[in-house]
Amino acid sequence: METIETHARDGDAAAAGAHTRGEAGPALTIAGRELRSRLLLGSGGFPSLQLLSEAIAASGSELVTVALRRVDPGARGSLIDVLAQAGVELLPNTAGCMTARDAVLTAKLARDAFQTDWIKLEVIGDEDTLLPDAPELLRAAEELVDEGFVVLPYTTDDPVLARRLEAIGCAAVMPLGSPIGSGMGIRNPHNIALLREAVSVPVVLDAGVGTASDAALAIELGCDAVMAASAVARAADPVRMAAAMAAAVHAGWLARTAGRIPRRTHATASTPTEGLADFAG
Amino acid sequence: MGGGVITVNGEHSGVQAGETLRDVLAGLGLEPSARGVAIAVDGEIVPRREWTAYELGEHARVEVLTAMQGG
Repeated sequence: METIETHARDGDAAAAGAHTRGEAGPALTIAGRELRSRLLLGSGGFPSLQLLSEAIAASGSELVTVALRRVDPGARGSLIDVLAQAGVELLPNTAGCMTARDAVLTAKLARDAFQTDWIKLEVIGDEDTLLPDAPELLRAAEELVDEGFVVLPYTTDDPVLARRLEAIGCAAVMPLGSPIGSGMGIRNPHNIALLREAVSVPVVLDAGVGTASDAALAIELGCDAVMAASAVARAADPVRMAAAMAAAVHAGWLARTAGRIPRRTHATASTPTEGLADFAG
Repeated sequence: MGGGVITVNGEHSGVQAGETLRDVLAGLGLEPSARGVAIAVDGEIVPRREWTAYELGEHARVEVLTAMQGG
């Protein structure tokens, strides 16, 4: 792999000093809300609400996404109750929306249902890739910002689009590492690093995370937080993977603030050659 | 679809024109105070404070939504 610059951001180095013994890093602030955990969790795909509850606890996450779907009178257990008991904030999403109109309506319904202005804005272009539809995304983001929402858009890893979303007034940007649920990790780490430089709002790596190392890399590349959904929910042991993600995000943050060595093509001896014995005679 | 039929979540419902969203909720076993519920009628949001007074017209398409695991 070519060299990818990872950047210590303002305040990181100073903050790291107090956190070298494994304590949590400094709080992440999104739209004035302080989050101690840099891990966002998706609630989808868990085999049971019990496992979701245990995974939330293991993840340390304070922000958990939920979708808005038709009431099922036969549903057992209340997702809302589980999340309330876990003490986390809901982050409603507009998953499944393919037009700005549907996404805006869904956001308004979510605000009425959950009394939160926060919305994870997803406007997808097709069912096969679930990739964001950039023009519709921008349109929806603009309208929702005007309506007073705290908008966190799921976007591509395009730094230019991220800058446009920031200019509109989005509170953060959530670029994909690879397609939703693919577990392919961060396919273009260069773009994620460029995107990080392009905006000043928080960057939350969303989609594509497959395992802990993907989450660590996201933070090393400069992302402020990581969103994990399928990677946790569909792991053989979701609770264990939730703990792994939390540790990875923390490790990534420590590594980023520690300042990694540069990549080199050739070896650099870590043992001095001075005083080396000459056995050849 | 027959004349005047009101649908709730895509299904024909027994709700008649002139009944309110409170009646729709009752049909789903919900109170107007139910947490985490939102309603759209004909593609527009009807805020919670209007539910008990909101009378449905013929052919109304009602969507009653709540939190589901996702994302």
